[in-house]
Amino acid sequence: MKIKVVYLASLREQLGKSGEDLEIPPVTSTVAGLRTLLMARGGAWQTALAQGRALRVAVNQEMAEPATPVKPGDEIAFFPPVTGG
Amino acid sequence: MGVRIQTKDFDAGAEIAALRRGNPKIGAVASFIGVCRDANDGTAVTKMTLEHYPGMTEKALEKIVAEAKARWDVMEVLVVHRVGELKPTDQIVLVVVTGAHRGEAFAVCEFIMDYLKTRAPFWKKEETPQGARWVEARSSDDEAAQRWSSPKADVA
Repeated sequence: MKIKVVYLASLREQLGKSGEDLEIPPVTSTVAGLRTLLMARGGAWQTALAQGRALRVAVNQEMAEPATPVKPGDEIAFFPPVTGG
Repeated sequence: MGVRIQTKDFDAGAEIAALRRGNPKIGAVASFIGVCRDANDGTAVTKMTLEHYPGMTEKALEKIVAEAKARWDVMEVLVVHRVGELKPTDQIVLVVVTGAHRGEAFAVCEFIMDYLKTRAPFWKKEETPQGARWVEARSSDDEAAQRWSSPKADVA
């Protein structure tokens, strides 16, 4: 299925990418699954997305959990904890 | 009620006047302005860049405002947050709340800031004499937001 992935702030810098359109296997049906798939690219992806790193994820611009489903056409954003205000 | 993300500065006086205009039911106006400091964690800060997630930021702020208005009896709420490059002494964020009485107006102002700091997708990158660094989220901000989850936190 086709999805859009967005990387923000320090994560964008670590990955050297602000986003990408991806075709992922339909079996990757959750946020946690997508994270694992991206980590498998190795290098910066492995370290920046490693479990234990404080990461937040939004699906279609709403805060999401590891178990949140990923559906065709979704926009999934990965970012560090927020620091506005 | 309004939420605005902008690069340009804001005039708190003008914003408050616009929010109050022609409403004789308002008895209280509470406001908060967040300002860029010249130091953080013991290091000088010469400049900062505020990044956001366009689209989600507006939605997240609107949700926070709606939650506050459902919880407390206030009239108007305005949130203005700047993005882009800011220098020490520059204004970063403005929250204005109008209501009949001060208790609710103060509570909503504080609630919005506490939630904004933990839920609205903004990130600060600071320029220091040692180079640029992303500001780390503080656990004290999570604790500040957490206290509103207790029913006792409501202002009577």
